[in-house]
Amino acid sequence: MPMATNTKRNLVTAALVAPAAAWLMIFLVLPFIAMLVFAFGERAPEGGYQAAFTFAQFARLPTRAAAFWNTMVLAPVGALVCLLVAYPVAYYLAVKSDPRYRLILVSLVVVPFWTSLLVRTYAWMYILGSRGIPNLLSMIGLEDVRLLNTPGAVLLGIVYGYLPLMIMPIYVSLEKLDRRLLEASADLGARPVSTFFGVTLPLSLPGVMTGVALVTILLLGEYLIPQLLGGGKVFFIGNALVDLFLQSRNWPFGSAIAVTLVAVVVVILMVAMRIAFRVAGTRQVDLV
Amino acid sequence: MTSASTNDIEFRSVAKRYGSVTAVSDINFAVPKGAFMALLGPSGCGKTTCLRMIGGFEQPSEGTVYISGEAMNGVAAYRRPVNMVFQQYALFPHLDVEQNVSYGLRQMRPRISGAEISRRAQEALEMVRLGGFGKRRIHEMSGGQQQRVALARAIVNKPKVLLLDEPLAALDKKLRTAMQIELQTLQRDLGITFVLVTHDQEEALSMSDFVCVMNAGRIVQVGPPQDIYDRPASLFVADFVGKTNRIAATVDTGGASVVFADGTRVAAPVATTPSAGAAMVALRPEAISLKRNGAAGTAALSGIVTHRIFLGSSVEYSVDVDGLGDFLVTADRRALGDGDLVEPGDRVGLAFDPNALHVFPA
Ligand SMILES: Nc1ncnc2c1ncn2[C@@H]1O[C@H](COP(=O)(O)OP(=O)(O)O)[C@@H](O)[C@H]1O
Ligand SMILES: [Mg+2]
Repeated sequence: MPMATNTKRNLVTAALVAPAAAWLMIFLVLPFIAMLVFAFGERAPEGGYQAAFTFAQFARLPTRAAAFWNTMVLAPVGALVCLLVAYPVAYYLAVKSDPRYRLILVSLVVVPFWTSLLVRTYAWMYILGSRGIPNLLSMIGLEDVRLLNTPGAVLLGIVYGYLPLMIMPIYVSLEKLDRRLLEASADLGARPVSTFFGVTLPLSLPGVMTGVALVTILLLGEYLIPQLLGGGKVFFIGNALVDLFLQSRNWPFGSAIAVTLVAVVVVILMVAMRIAFRVAGTRQVDLV
Repeated sequence: MTSASTNDIEFRSVAKRYGSVTAVSDINFAVPKGAFMALLGPSGCGKTTCLRMIGGFEQPSEGTVYISGEAMNGVAAYRRPVNMVFQQYALFPHLDVEQNVSYGLRQMRPRISGAEISRRAQEALEMVRLGGFGKRRIHEMSGGQQQRVALARAIVNKPKVLLLDEPLAALDKKLRTAMQIELQTLQRDLGITFVLVTHDQEEALSMSDFVCVMNAGRIVQVGPPQDIYDRPASLFVADFVGKTNRIAATVDTGGASVVFADGTRVAAPVATTPSAGAAMVALRPEAISLKRNGAAGTAALSGIVTHRIFLGSSVEYSVDVDGLGDFLVTADRRALGDGDLVEPGDRVGLAFDPNALHVFPA
């Protein structure tokens, strides 16, 4: 009898996990294996893939160094700027705002998601483009200010687009922060600033780490914002990939770049996690 | 004012309102330096609100709170020379035991040296008998140990006044009794003023030098524990502090005698002259002695025993008194003698000294 229930339970578990597992298998693992194979192959004369075993594609990686550089700098910097902007907003929402209006304010944070990022980024194109802010500046005598197609424009787009994703996890961790801990800190003689750095910030670190990891990882694959706001000047790896796969149809080289990106991300994540665990120590245990 | 030098805490006409809700009003009391005061009252009567106004977490809507004679209006919590043991301890989960205890020391300006900080933290931990636990995480400590950590954290800064909000409520009875004694010892050793909030009358009476009884946002009586128990100022205090029997009655014109609802007439207590008219009389269960029927003619009331609860050193009886209903009577076992245990169903007389009656206007 126990055997039977066990088997049954296992079957139920399997049935529940199966769709997700199949999904991951078909759309993540298999394509990744295909990509690995492609990366060591050659471009067919008419474009696409031709079987071979060569490291030639990896040898050509330096020709896309700019894309790597832009991605590796602007993704973390973008995430950090996002964090600096998001934290005060999340803090205000979770701690300072009137609880009666809190839910409304929090929903306002996600309202931008009702419109596609494409449309919103187009709007920025106009705002930053020659008929937008530069036009206004020229009226007061500042001629030829270029905003669009600069790293700054891409960074602005990144912060604008990803801010809600950073605010949410930080808001959640601040929201469940026990107010009496803040009172206890004040009671023990801590000024508001000391209370913030001694209690509030450490206890919201899980939210901060989640937000930074989420935004950084999503940014590594970003394509739209560099395309629209960076023009041909500031492109990310995502843009290089689109180029290679859809324009020049060089699948093996595209695959080599993609594989390298995945490898770099995995290494960064491992190092980051090791550092995070060392800093946080067993703190994590207490926070769950 | 002379109060500046002798009182650590003083409330003058303090009221606190939350919107249209009045949490407390007309609060006046003073806590002398080095005293142990208990704020006693049922849940929701405003004890925590008063404590939070001392701590600086709430500002009075009216009146002024003084600490060591200084008006505290608008003074932030972190500037006040008081520390608090919070109701659920509010220990910092991301710090270990020693870091929790030394938190207050690290806030001191001018800064004190690291060596001095750990020495004082260790001293505080030893005071609450947690000497070897400094490196433990908070979640690795039992409820009773967390309670001590909270205590150590609050006394490490050597505050003028220690505020305790139901500090023992979460502990089991045995631990609670042990901690009551420890708290008293600690207070004597440190020589600092304690303000203890509790809804447990036994705790308030046993630990404090004087008790401030609150009800519905107001103070109803202030005095030493014995006064509160022996001379309750109102029916509420008589009921809330200890057990009591209530008897509907009328007081004769002149206030010389009291007539119970069943017609029994007894002399009014000599200490007070109650005003004539409808009254409510309170009588402590231990002020009544049971007489076997016919044993003596002194019993004022008579009734039938309905329940007997054996409490070890004493016995508690429920007696259905003719014309007056249920009475609670506590008899000391030694006074009773073994052969004297009265059984349920027995008819008994109830005798008491009229001076034990507390007569309140109805
Ligand atoms: N922040 C608040 N907002 C509104 N009402 C409150 C607040 N704090 C306390 N009260 C009210 O004030 C009264 C006294 O509360 P409290 O001081 O916590 O009582 P106690 O500690 O004696 O149980 C209660 O009726 C409570 O509902
Ligand atoms: Mg309370």
